[in-house]
Amino acid sequence: MEASLLFIQLLNGLQLGILLFLLSAGLTLTFGIMDFVNLAHGSLYMLGAFICASLTQLTGSFVIAALLALPLTALCGLLIELVVIRQLYARNHLDHVLATFGLILCLDTLAEIIWGPAGIAIALPELLNGQLEIFPGVVVPIFRLLVIAIGLLAAAGLYLVVNHTRLGMLIRAGASNRTMVSTLGVDIKTLFSGVFAMGAALAGLAGLLVAPIAEASIGMGNEIIITTFVVIVIGGIGSMKGAFIAALLIGLIDTLGRSYLDDLFKLMMSNDAAETAAPAISAMLIYLMMALILAVRPQGLFPASSR
Amino acid sequence: MNPAVNPKRLIHRASFWINALLLLLLAIVPPVLFITGQPYWLDIFTRLVILALAATALNLILGYGGLVSFGHAAYLGLGAYAVGIPTYHALYGGWEAIASYNGFLHVTIAVSVSALFALLTGAISLRTRGVNFIMITMAFSQMIFYAFVALENYGGDDGLTIDVRSEFPLISLDNPLTLYAISFISLLLTLAIVYKITRSRFGLALQGARSNEERMRSLGVDCYRYQLVAFVISGALCGYAGFLLGNLDTFISPEMMDWTRSGELMFMVILGGASFLCGPIFGAAAFILLEQLLRGFTIHWHLPFGILLILSVLFFRGGLSGVIDKVRSKGSNS
Repeated sequence: MEASLLFIQLLNGLQLGILLFLLSAGLTLTFGIMDFVNLAHGSLYMLGAFICASLTQLTGSFVIAALLALPLTALCGLLIELVVIRQLYARNHLDHVLATFGLILCLDTLAEIIWGPAGIAIALPELLNGQLEIFPGVVVPIFRLLVIAIGLLAAAGLYLVVNHTRLGMLIRAGASNRTMVSTLGVDIKTLFSGVFAMGAALAGLAGLLVAPIAEASIGMGNEIIITTFVVIVIGGIGSMKGAFIAALLIGLIDTLGRSYLDDLFKLMMSNDAAETAAPAISAMLIYLMMALILAVRPQGLFPASSR
Repeated sequence: MNPAVNPKRLIHRASFWINALLLLLLAIVPPVLFITGQPYWLDIFTRLVILALAATALNLILGYGGLVSFGHAAYLGLGAYAVGIPTYHALYGGWEAIASYNGFLHVTIAVSVSALFALLTGAISLRTRGVNFIMITMAFSQMIFYAFVALENYGGDDGLTIDVRSEFPLISLDNPLTLYAISFISLLLTLAIVYKITRSRFGLALQGARSNEERMRSLGVDCYRYQLVAFVISGALCGYAGFLLGNLDTFISPEMMDWTRSGELMFMVILGGASFLCGPIFGAAAFILLEQLLRGFTIHWHLPFGILLILSVLFFRGGLSGVIDKVRSKGSNS
């Protein structure tokens, strides 16, 4: 029983890690190529979840809704890029942070006006809602396995696009020398818009995958965006490989800390003290780990070599 | 040129009088509003002054030091809990060592815990620059946020209602006018401290590190140490602002240190004009009064507010004081 519980917790951690990777991948893309810090990335994650929730109610099918929500979130991202973000590339990071902070207030309030202050749950179809017995005694929800599979597929797809396509070549070139790429006749503006929309789609994907498990709610993006920053800082800013490894690491540590830290503490102190301290420490665990890693390597585990 | 007609000097003098007028208004208007039967507005102005104090503290490192700290709400929260936790234990027992209503104890805890937190997190985050620094300060403040959410003893998510204020000899903070006076005098003292610092050798080194860190280092200045000390001073002052905020609200919740609160503090500094002594006060005033105004129109006031913030970044660079500065530099060109 103990081992099966551990296995399930490992899967949960993996799932959180995958979601964090989908989010940090978009941020890494926009930061790597455009040198742009987007606080409002979490709002796109929220939009993905809400759009999917609405479409599920409308079409009656989560799968169709999800397939439609992806391009729609990308479109939202494109719109935001055209209206606000495009004006900010030439500015410094402080301006990026402030403007996208304003953007969060707008997007959160817009979502509240459209979808109301309460969250929306998404009902899964029969097929996805079941449980699967992987080993005797180890029962896992099918949807969680699906989330992990889709996330890994998206990661593989991203790897192929960045490393083996012309678009990916431009992205990498843009990341190492923006001015040179535009001098060589590449339409850098369109490239930026495209990459931003791609990041938005990835955030939307994470959002719509999480919505059936948690639910779509206002401010869901603001909670996860900081964890995503921790991932990026630990992985080394601008590094896709770093983001992937750090995301899985954070997902596992956070999940395992929350489930096992109190048992660990009970070995060392009284039950009462452990029950008070464990939740607080496990909530701080990933930040403490960040502090530890940064104390040794201020640039993160895999700093991008080009900057 | 005759110094009497030098436009640069004229404008310099004008900005001095504008600042003086602002402080004078803050000294007179809120008490008058209170006496004429508008206690609600005294509450708003007390909040304004406390947040102006916190923003002035943030300005020391953000404006003068060029360090974009996105985690200063954490100090407000720590300062407020420094009032809440000892009071909680004095009310309901437990943890004898700190259980007390004594205001001096509360201030001491607020300032020293904030300074310690600033020292620990600053030592790590100041080793990085730029975006990394922004994200790390943000993450550390969120760490404190989640820690207090998880502390069920002190109300966790729901916060801590204490309904009593720190006790000092001779004065009572339960009198709203006294609390306002204390907050306002604290703001003046903070302004004096920040002014003194920016004029000192230490402050000049800090500003030098903002404009060109490499040059400062080649001059033999250890930028890291200066920045860390400034970071600690800023955090400690912000913690003191938190102590005042805790006494104003007597309801202390993790929400006070949510990262969006840090963003608001930053906006106050930038809106008013970073690296101007009174800029953050203008910023805090603009921020709070705008919030009050928009709240009157719609419950969805965050939408127009957010749009205004975006527009201010796009078209209103340098903030309110920046406009004065722009005129000033034009004056010096002519």
